[in-house]
Amino acid sequence: MIKQITELSEQEYLLCGTRACSGCGLAIAYRHALKALGKNTIIVIPACCATVLQGMYPVSSAQVTIVNTAFETTASAAAGIYAGLQATKNKHNFNVVGWAGDGGTVDIGLQALSAAAERNDNIIYVCYDNEAYMNTGTQRSGATPENALTTTTPLFGKQHKKKDIIKIMEAHNIPYIATCSPAYPVDLYNKFLKAKSIQGFKFIYIFIPCPPGWGFNPAQTIKIGKLAAECGIFELFEIINGEKIYNGITERIKNNKQPKKNPVEYYSLQMRFKNLSKNK
Amino acid sequence: MADDIKILTGNYAAGYAAYSAMAQVVAAYPITPQSPVVELISKLVEEKKLNCNFINVESEHSALAVCINASLAGARVFTATSANGLALMHELLHWAAGSRLPIVMCCANRGMAAPWTILNDQQDSISQRDTGWIQLYCEDNQEIYDTVIQAYKIAESLYLPVMVCYDGFILSHRSMPVKIETQKKIAEFLPEYQPLVEFNPDNPQNINPVVLSEKMFNKNNELKNGYMEFRKKLQDTLLEALTIIPQINNEYLQKFNRCYGDGLIKSYKLNDAEYLIITLGSLGAEALEAIELLRKKNIKIGLVNVKTYRPFPKTKILEILKNKKTAVVFEKNISYGFEGALSADIKAAVYEINNAPKIQSVICGLGGRNVSFYEIADTTEKIIKNEISDNREYWLRTD
Ligand SMILES: Cc1ncc(C[n+]2csc(CCOP(=O)(O)OP(=O)(O)O)c2C)c(N)n1
Ligand code: SF4
Ligand SMILES: [Mg+2]
Repeated sequence: MIKQITELSEQEYLLCGTRACSGCGLAIAYRHALKALGKNTIIVIPACCATVLQGMYPVSSAQVTIVNTAFETTASAAAGIYAGLQATKNKHNFNVVGWAGDGGTVDIGLQALSAAAERNDNIIYVCYDNEAYMNTGTQRSGATPENALTTTTPLFGKQHKKKDIIKIMEAHNIPYIATCSPAYPVDLYNKFLKAKSIQGFKFIYIFIPCPPGWGFNPAQTIKIGKLAAECGIFELFEIINGEKIYNGITERIKNNKQPKKNPVEYYSLQMRFKNLSKNK
Repeated sequence: MADDIKILTGNYAAGYAAYSAMAQVVAAYPITPQSPVVELISKLVEEKKLNCNFINVESEHSALAVCINASLAGARVFTATSANGLALMHELLHWAAGSRLPIVMCCANRGMAAPWTILNDQQDSISQRDTGWIQLYCEDNQEIYDTVIQAYKIAESLYLPVMVCYDGFILSHRSMPVKIETQKKIAEFLPEYQPLVEFNPDNPQNINPVVLSEKMFNKNNELKNGYMEFRKKLQDTLLEALTIIPQINNEYLQKFNRCYGDGLIKSYKLNDAEYLIITLGSLGAEALEAIELLRKKNIKIGLVNVKTYRPFPKTKILEILKNKKTAVVFEKNISYGFEGALSADIKAAVYEINNAPKIQSVICGLGGRNVSFYEIADTTEKIIKNEISDNREYWLRTD
């Protein structure tokens, strides 16, 4: 575990020149997660922004093994890789990591995810949540928050609540669940380090501010990420064998060490909530 | 009966073949009529007779996703399914072939819903013919066992997935004597699987990334494939299978003393034949009886049972059909809006012949409807004598 960002390894597994948009929260999170995971890692990626981020054949920005897979198969594909490595007595002690978006997780991939969690397969499953189908042009997903404008909720914003994937994963009684954010890279790094050391199914949720999808200035990715945590819209915690522990800013808010911010600034910085501010 | 001869259903013949081939990862999901395959393998694994990772998945979709990725990781894999299960796999059938993975899958053929049927026809596998898989059809349970073993060798020589199809209930649930070879002898025939890519932390690769339409330069200034080059390679290799399958069929004959025609087609009484019955799968056995019946009536007729449906043995079919008068194609599928898929393929194959024979598509046995050799003989005779000529496919015993 590290205490500050200067302790991060200088080894980069994500080269610059990815195809992510400028200010992409996903690229920041991915870079730091890979530092924690190290080179003996196989990342399984379904159709999502992370596919495009790697670059197009025959070049790739990732310096770990990447296996691309069908949109709805992140968990089953990762389970297959793990089963294959085990069956062939592979010596590299790979971390097998599924890395899917919110759509690939809470919607189309939920069935395979649930099955792999139920089997307690020894993989890390990452859901990076940018709260819509960004790769196909910001359509609504089950993880899109209420009132957010998307290209399939274009006029009134989403009329339904955000699906609570953490509760769903909790119900699977898996050994490790954690939430993190590119706005807190040390916390993110440490949670990936910890996940690596735990046997069984690990679920890591990353809250990803997305400038074009949410409609904010790409210079404000970290600010938006921090605001989300500071006003309690996103919470930092771990659930270890069913026991929930709040971390960082969330812990301070929960224990009244720091006041919760008013969410107005968070909402008003993002075009997707412009209806909301009008109503208020 | 010798020790190594067991009385087995088609499903068990398939399961024992996966056992003999020492499949290392199996993922499958129950569906009638395939379920006993999954049950047998689970049992062999729990009894520690088969050293294999059996993954209990929640769907056929995940079954194939697990197999694809376990195969990518270097394991020999096996799965089996039927009908709706196979249809659910559709997207991943393309992933398997596009990834060039030597997966072997059995399909206990069953009709597609809606409306529901659990009984046999071949609409399920025929509907998947354009996914880049090799498709082999079987006529009896020994053939199922032998074909699965051969399928691994074909698959692993060419890095192509192979679907071994056998008729639901007719074979899947009917018991017959089947000779099971020892794992040792099978291993002599079937060397260890050598994966195409090896996961190496010091040489990481991005597998199946986005590929552009045109060729592109890599960092060493080498021009690399565009999407179409990958597609053409897949097609080239499928066509190469038309040479490899007969070789492997022959090797199998040398080693185990059993073979199935030349591996591409099985034929009967072709020498002096003027007419033909052509079919696929277990209908071949019924059609063989029909040939005997028609021969007694002095009709010079022979039988072609297509074993390898994809890649399609076009040259072979063309050679056989060159000097024939009529070919009647009995098949348990329909390419909706046209005719039986096999019949259509045969017509395409004979396009190059002058005076091509008349080819009549007969749709039969859908949803488990019985097809007897009497009916095959009777219908064939009527077609030969032009008593049935509808200028479209003929539906056997259907209003
Ligand atoms: C079976 C299937 N349906 C639809 C698509 C199209 N598709 C590709 S990516 C994507 C959205 C991905 O959204 P998400 O998982 O949230 O990741 P993001 O792009 O937001 O990073 C969709 C709908 C697909 N590739 N496969
Ligand atoms: S759309 Fe959003 S998540 Fe996707 S690459 Fe761009 S910034 Fe990143
Ligand atoms: Mg998304």
